[in-house]
Parts: sequence; structure tokens; C-alpha cells
Amino acid sequence: MTTSPASATVTVKRPVVRNRLVSWLIFGVVSLYFLIPLAATFYWSLRGMKDVLGFEAYRKLFADTNFLPAFSQSIVNAVATIFLSLLIVVPTAYWVTLRLPKLRPVVEFITLLPFVIPAVVLVFGIIRLYSAPPLLFTATYNSSRIVLIFVYVCLSFPYMFRSVDNGLRAIDVRTLTEAAQSLGANWGTILFRVIFPNLRVALLSGALLTFAIVIGELTIALYMAQHTLGPYMSDLTRSKVYEPSAMAIVAFAITWAAMGIIDFVGRGATRHVQMVEAD
Amino acid sequence: MKPNSSTNSQSVNSTVGGAKRPPRIPIGHWLGVLPFFVFSGLFLIGPTLNLAYRSFEGLDGGLTLNNYRQLASDTVMNAYGMSIKISLTTAILGGLIGFLVAWVVSMGGLPPRFRLITSTFSGVAANFAGVPLASAFVFTLGRVGLVTALFKAFGINLYKSGFSLYSFLGLTLVYLYFQIPLMVLTILPALDGLKREWREAAENLGATQIQYWRYVALPVLTPSILGTMILLFGNAFGAHATAYALTGGLFDLATLLIGRQISGDVLHNPGLGYAVAMGMVIIMAFSILIYSVLQRRSERWLK
Repeated sequence: MTTSPASATVTVKRPVVRNRLVSWLIFGVVSLYFLIPLAATFYWSLRGMKDVLGFEAYRKLFADTNFLPAFSQSIVNAVATIFLSLLIVVPTAYWVTLRLPKLRPVVEFITLLPFVIPAVVLVFGIIRLYSAPPLLFTATYNSSRIVLIFVYVCLSFPYMFRSVDNGLRAIDVRTLTEAAQSLGANWGTILFRVIFPNLRVALLSGALLTFAIVIGELTIALYMAQHTLGPYMSDLTRSKVYEPSAMAIVAFAITWAAMGIIDFVGRGATRHVQMVEAD
Repeated sequence: MKPNSSTNSQSVNSTVGGAKRPPRIPIGHWLGVLPFFVFSGLFLIGPTLNLAYRSFEGLDGGLTLNNYRQLASDTVMNAYGMSIKISLTTAILGGLIGFLVAWVVSMGGLPPRFRLITSTFSGVAANFAGVPLASAFVFTLGRVGLVTALFKAFGINLYKSGFSLYSFLGLTLVYLYFQIPLMVLTILPALDGLKREWREAAENLGATQIQYWRYVALPVLTPSILGTMILLFGNAFGAHATAYALTGGLFDLATLLIGRQISGDVLHNPGLGYAVAMGMVIIMAFSILIYSVLQRRSERWLK
């Protein structure tokens, strides 16, 4: 557990002990702010049946004919986004690290753009550019869906690039590449059998972060008239009483799962790296 | 870096083209980054540039600055004003509270396990924006929310005494749910960067704890804190989903105004809609720019 430099400083800073009461107080009050909405939502989600607490709201939610199609569509979109994003970002980060370092500032700048362009502005631009005759990409539901996935891919760039870039810094890409080359490996082999496996943890965190963001995305899907989870949840809050609470709890659980795995796997990786360093 | 790239480039080319080429940057190398540029060009930069161009188009065609002049109209200014007000408030409050929480869990004497829980939970909560977050607060502080009901049981009617979840105050409360965790996530590493030696040196020179914070720690942390607060500002300013889910898109916010403009030209002038969107991009660009400048400055000490 005591792997990070932070925990080392914690043990050293003794004089702070008298502030401990204040610390607990701050932590307690802020925790209440974060836990009460979750508790309240969970409580509501158990009240689907009159006078009894139970999981009726969840049952109704999963039985809703619109829920599973929306959910599965969002999952497929998320998986497609992750797949495409990996295919694009890994070579880019690799090339930028190894072969085209001059491009790095440009690539880093572009990966910042999703933070600069608000989602609602981006979808505005997408619709105005691609729903008029010269470039009519949004003619059918499915073509819109493809555009949606492509936009998600761009939105995932910041997270994916940062994860992969950190991952590449942690391993010695150059040596690995040269070793593979001197053994006669070709490009595909180097990428898929040397680089990818060494980046497992980085790729997984990038992928899960992307998943957490894409799965319930509302703004872009809404204005592109997609029947995904985000717009579905938004409709649900207006049409049903108890199901939205069950939905919110499910969404929270999904986010929690994604982040939990990232943390868990990430910590494993740090331990591993440190063991290697200790050798 | 340099000497090796020539050998690498040759072997790459031999797999791509078969022929040996001079050790300059060959076409093959650009193929690896090409999809990245194509995607961001088509689905990120292109659409935005198109908006930028069309924000200069007048109602009867031709280029004009008229749309930007019309940003001064009440509708737009109210929306921008409220967006900026909420973003500023939640950035400052979220920043302060987030900093306190980060400080408490990293050096406030709590068991180390709390730090781990806090950072994991922050990762979750920072990504828990949108419809589910709005729902959670409706079930808590909405008209029939649990906390509202609790207050009523104690004889306090929140909604009769002026509170509403669908107001500036309510939205601020909701936004803090993802603002505080974002602050915690970005400021924890900065707190870790404070070196033990600095505190020891200060103590050896007879500094009190307050003096250490006033003259050593805070000056080092200030760029990080300010930078992250600006990041929080941008985060709230560009937020759409949460406010949309909470208010049905009818609240006076810049993002919601753009949303209404997309669905049906509520501004009665497409060009003005584009100008509103570009105004947002410009404000966002400024905040991200200041953030990265401050971040770079803070790295001078905290690395």
C-alpha cells in the first residue's frame, strides 16, 4: 500500500495531529454531501412497489421495451468507439514518441480540443456541416450512428492519448522496437505482439474511461436523434416516477465499475514497475 | 533520438514499399498518424471551423460582423451571464472545497485508506455528470426529494422559503458534485509534490505551521490551484447534459441556448446562433490556455 511518495510524507508530518478533529469534520461534511444524493436515490429506487421496499423499480426498468435496445446500442457504440480509438491513437502516440517527435505539440494540441469545444457546440457544427446536401452523412439513422461513433472517437482522444502516452513512457519503446526488428519482426508483429501487450494497463484505462464517458452520453446523441442510453434516460426522468432512480443507480454502478477496474489494474501496474526498479 | 530514426525508417520502408530509401521522413511514417488527423479534421476541427466561418455570414449572405454585434442582445447576454455566474461560483467553491478535501486526506492525519477511497470516488463522481446526476438530485432536493421531505418533517418548507433545485442555487449544488472531485483529482498530485525538505527546512528555521503554509506551500501551490479552478470554470461553462436533464433545456445557460437554437432557430438568426457557439469556444479556449500556462509554471516546483 505504501508505494506512493505521498504516504511517506503522511507518516512524517506528525505536527498535524492536533488538526485531526478538523480533518474528520471536513471529511465528514463533504462525505455527507456526496453520499446523501446516492442514498436518497437508492431509497427511491426501492420504493417501486407501494408500501414495500423492494427491487420492483429495477425489474420494471429492465422490462421496459425501450431500455435494453438503448442500452445495447450504447454498449455497441462504446465498444466500437474504443476499438477505433485504440487503432488510431496507439500508432499515433507510438509514431510521435519514436519517429515524429516534431509532431508532438500538434497532436497534443488536437487532443486538447475536445475540452475547448463544448459537446453542444460540436454537435451543432456536425449537424450544420453534415446534414446538408454536399456532405449528407446524416441521411439515415444508421449513417448518423456512424457519425456519432466517429465523433465519440474524437472525444476519446484526450483520454486515450494521455493513457497511451503515459504507458509508452513507462516502457522502453525504442529498445523493444529495435529488439523486435533485429529478430525480423514486421510492423504488424511489432505493434500487435510487442507494443500492445506491453501497454495493456494503459490501454485498459483509456478504454474504460472512454466507456464511462460514452455509455451515457446525452448531448451529441440527443441532437443527432439517436436512441441511445443518454436520451433514453432523459426521457425516462420525464415519463416515469421510480425507474429513473433505478436507472441512476445502475449508471452509477457502471461508472464505479469502470473506475474501480482502472484503479485496481493501475495499482497492480505500479507495484510491478516498482518491483522491477527494486531489482 | 536522431541517429536511430534512420535505421528504423529503412526497415519500415522495406516492409511497406520494399525499396530502400534515403533516411529522410518517408511517406510511410505519416501513415501512422494519418487516421488521427483525418478523424480530428472531419469530426472535430472541420465542423468547428465551419461554424466559425458561418458565424460571419449575414442573413442575406455576405460576410459581416453583425452576428457578433448581436451577442449584446438580452437573450444572449442573460444566457452567457448565468453560465459565467454558475461556472465562477462552482469553480471557486469547488476549488476551495476540493482543495480542503485533498489536503485533509493527504496530510490531515486521516488513515491512508481514506485517501485511496477519496481518489477512487472522485474518479467516479467526476465522471458521473449528466442525466443520472440530475436524477439523483431530483430525488434528493426536488419537490418531493428525500431531503426536502426531511426538512418538511422539521417544519421547514424549502420550496416555500425560496429554494429551488431548478435555479442558480440548485444548479450550483448539482455542479459541485462533479466540480469538487475534479479539483481533488488534479490537486492531489500537486500536494504530493510538496517536498518534505521544504517543511523541514522551514521548521528548522523556526517557522510555525501557518508560516510554512503562508510563505512556502501556498506560493508553490498557487499556480496549480488557480489553474485547476480555471479548468473547473471551463468544465462548468461547457456542461450541457446535466442542466438539460434537470431543467428540460429551458434554463438560461449558454449551452442550453445553443441546444434550443439547434432544435429550432429560437434566436431567429442562424448566424447569431453560430456566433453564440463561437463565443463559447473562445471563452473555453482562453480558460484552457490560462490553465496550461499555469500548469506549466507549477511544474517548475512540483515535479
